[in-house]
Amino acid sequence: MLSISRLQKRFGDRIAVDDVSFEVREGETIGLLGPNGAGKTTTLSMMSGLSRPDGGSVSFRGRIVRQDAGDLKRRVGLVPQDLALYDELSAWSNLELFGGLYGLAGRTLATRADAALTLVGLAQRRSDRVKDFSGGMKRRLNIAAALLHDPELILLDEPTVGVDPQSRNAIFDNLEELKRRGKTLVYTTHYMEEAERLCDRIVIIDHGRVIANDTVRGLYKLLPNSHSVEVQFDGPPPNDGLFASLASLPGISAVSRSDGGVKIETQDFATSLARALDLIAGQDLRVVSVQSGRTTLEDVFITLTGHGLRDGPAPGAAAEAVAEGTAP
Amino acid sequence: MNWLAVRALIRNDLRIYATDRRAMVIGVLVPILIAAFFGYVFGGNGNTEPAKIPIVMVDEDQSAVSRAIVADLAQDPLVTTQSLARPQAEQQVRAGKIQVAVILPQNFAADAARALFGDQEKPNVEFLIDPSQTMSGRIVEGALVRRAIQEITRAAANSASESNGAREFSVPYAISTTQVTSGRNVVYNGYAHSFAGMTMQFILLAGIDAGIVLLLLRERGIWQRMRAAPLGKAQFLLARTSATMLISMFQFTLIYLVAIVVFRVRIEGSVIGFLGLAVALCFMNSAFGLMLASLGRSAPATRGIAVLVTLLLVMIGGAWVPSFVFPKWLQQASLAVPTRWAVDGLDAVTWRGQGLSAAVAPMGVLVATAMICLGIAIWRFRWEE
Repeated sequence: MLSISRLQKRFGDRIAVDDVSFEVREGETIGLLGPNGAGKTTTLSMMSGLSRPDGGSVSFRGRIVRQDAGDLKRRVGLVPQDLALYDELSAWSNLELFGGLYGLAGRTLATRADAALTLVGLAQRRSDRVKDFSGGMKRRLNIAAALLHDPELILLDEPTVGVDPQSRNAIFDNLEELKRRGKTLVYTTHYMEEAERLCDRIVIIDHGRVIANDTVRGLYKLLPNSHSVEVQFDGPPPNDGLFASLASLPGISAVSRSDGGVKIETQDFATSLARALDLIAGQDLRVVSVQSGRTTLEDVFITLTGHGLRDGPAPGAAAEAVAEGTAP
Repeated sequence: MNWLAVRALIRNDLRIYATDRRAMVIGVLVPILIAAFFGYVFGGNGNTEPAKIPIVMVDEDQSAVSRAIVADLAQDPLVTTQSLARPQAEQQVRAGKIQVAVILPQNFAADAARALFGDQEKPNVEFLIDPSQTMSGRIVEGALVRRAIQEITRAAANSASESNGAREFSVPYAISTTQVTSGRNVVYNGYAHSFAGMTMQFILLAGIDAGIVLLLLRERGIWQRMRAAPLGKAQFLLARTSATMLISMFQFTLIYLVAIVVFRVRIEGSVIGFLGLAVALCFMNSAFGLMLASLGRSAPATRGIAVLVTLLLVMIGGAWVPSFVFPKWLQQASLAVPTRWAVDGLDAVTWRGQGLSAAVAPMGVLVATAMICLGIAIWRFRWEE
């Protein structure tokens, strides 16, 4: 459906997008994942025809996307990262404007605006001014405004920036509904769990270059270890003999020290963990906590790039389970 | 051409204008208040009595003639007089409380009578003038000359009549003044000029705001959404021009409604000319705003320069004070700015009562200026990135 071929964009001496290529198939949800400044928004901007590539091309159903390609623009919906709404107007007036830009009027526009507001759960607030909306509601209206012309392809630039978890979930629900309706979505984010939840395929971009392009499962396969267990003890740290014994167990791929405890990495979570805990139980050690964690896309990203996605923690990410107590 | 998009943009701009009621009221009320003030100062609607010039008479002569001159001047409708000694008079003028002090020297009457027909040395009448009120000095000078000649010749005649039976001198003609307006019973309305000037000024300032809004729009996500839509530069600029023009027309109409109803400003000349000037002025205003948006880089810097340019244009155009009070060279130079033509055109079709022909040239200048601004806007406006 959409083909991005060797896309390049420079801003002065800085290369924002460098030889980016990937395909978007019909009905697919693609996540463009990368840290701030990686080139995601610039790539999306060229995909939507907003900015002209310095090199390469974007083609939609075989036709090159240009800035003046009005008929192609009618088939694409853009959700900008900045809230693209008039605060002083009502939700309905905003939708009337943005629908009008796509040539919608009268009953068709009213029906589409009604449907879009219903989808994002704002039908009851249609007459309220946007300035009275919460951040999450504005984000949802921002999405609704891109749906009025019933686009085949929807480009979403970090649509959950700055919203609370409840609103984020509401937005996920909206996007999943769009997926169910067969829409093709391209979604930029630097939140791993968003990409993991929504996307069929993830394109990881860093410093303007594509460094991975695969399904979530495929990306995990890029790492040798997809699970880890950390065991903490009360008292002196375990001796080297325990580390050697653990490392020799089948299915265990790495054993390392971790804050006075031991970190065990494995691809075979169920069997290997039971064996490791049996071995530890046979030692004269008092276990105070066992924490298991699955390898995340963040780990994949760090492995591929050597640095993290962002400075702060990812919302709702990381540990899957934390158990506290003593060893059996 | 995506006409539905153009319509949607125009409707949206009008909606945004209508939502900010406070700005709307201020945009109409402020020009009315300022125009009312200037109009009142420059003569109101014909019923306003002009302020008298406060003067001091210092009569050091204390003769019958000098006392008669002081008494005569006290009756003059242009001045209010009081008598003081010289030091107090000087102090009052220096303090700005009195505009002119007239000092009639000792032996003024006798010396003046001798100098009237002979080569005797003339007495020196001193004028102490507030330097910020030089025009007042000339007015008082004229009034004094008339009174002094009358009293001095009367005294000389009286003296002569005792020997020859001759009679006193008097001014050998009478003066009558007629205000040349559009009709016999039409009096000059100072508000007509001030409303023309202030309406133009505030419409131009509204044009600046429209341009600034466009610059600010570039920094918002809405700009991306508009450019992502199947909308071209021509459609976008057409919509913006039309919306700003409609808003300007609305503002113009409201201001002139108040001028007509409350301040009795009348379109004594061509109504078509008046309407044509209104449309041309609003067109120029919207094109001017668009040009600013196309040339400006940042909103704050553009606003500062644009307000300065607009105020200069308005000032030179004679919106604040009529251009006839300008020096000769400035009167000529101001013909180069469209605002002068706009004010003159509106003056012509309102209180001057001129026909359509008097409005054609101003309309032409305004439309030509608008086309130039629009051309620059289309040329320089950055739509694609």
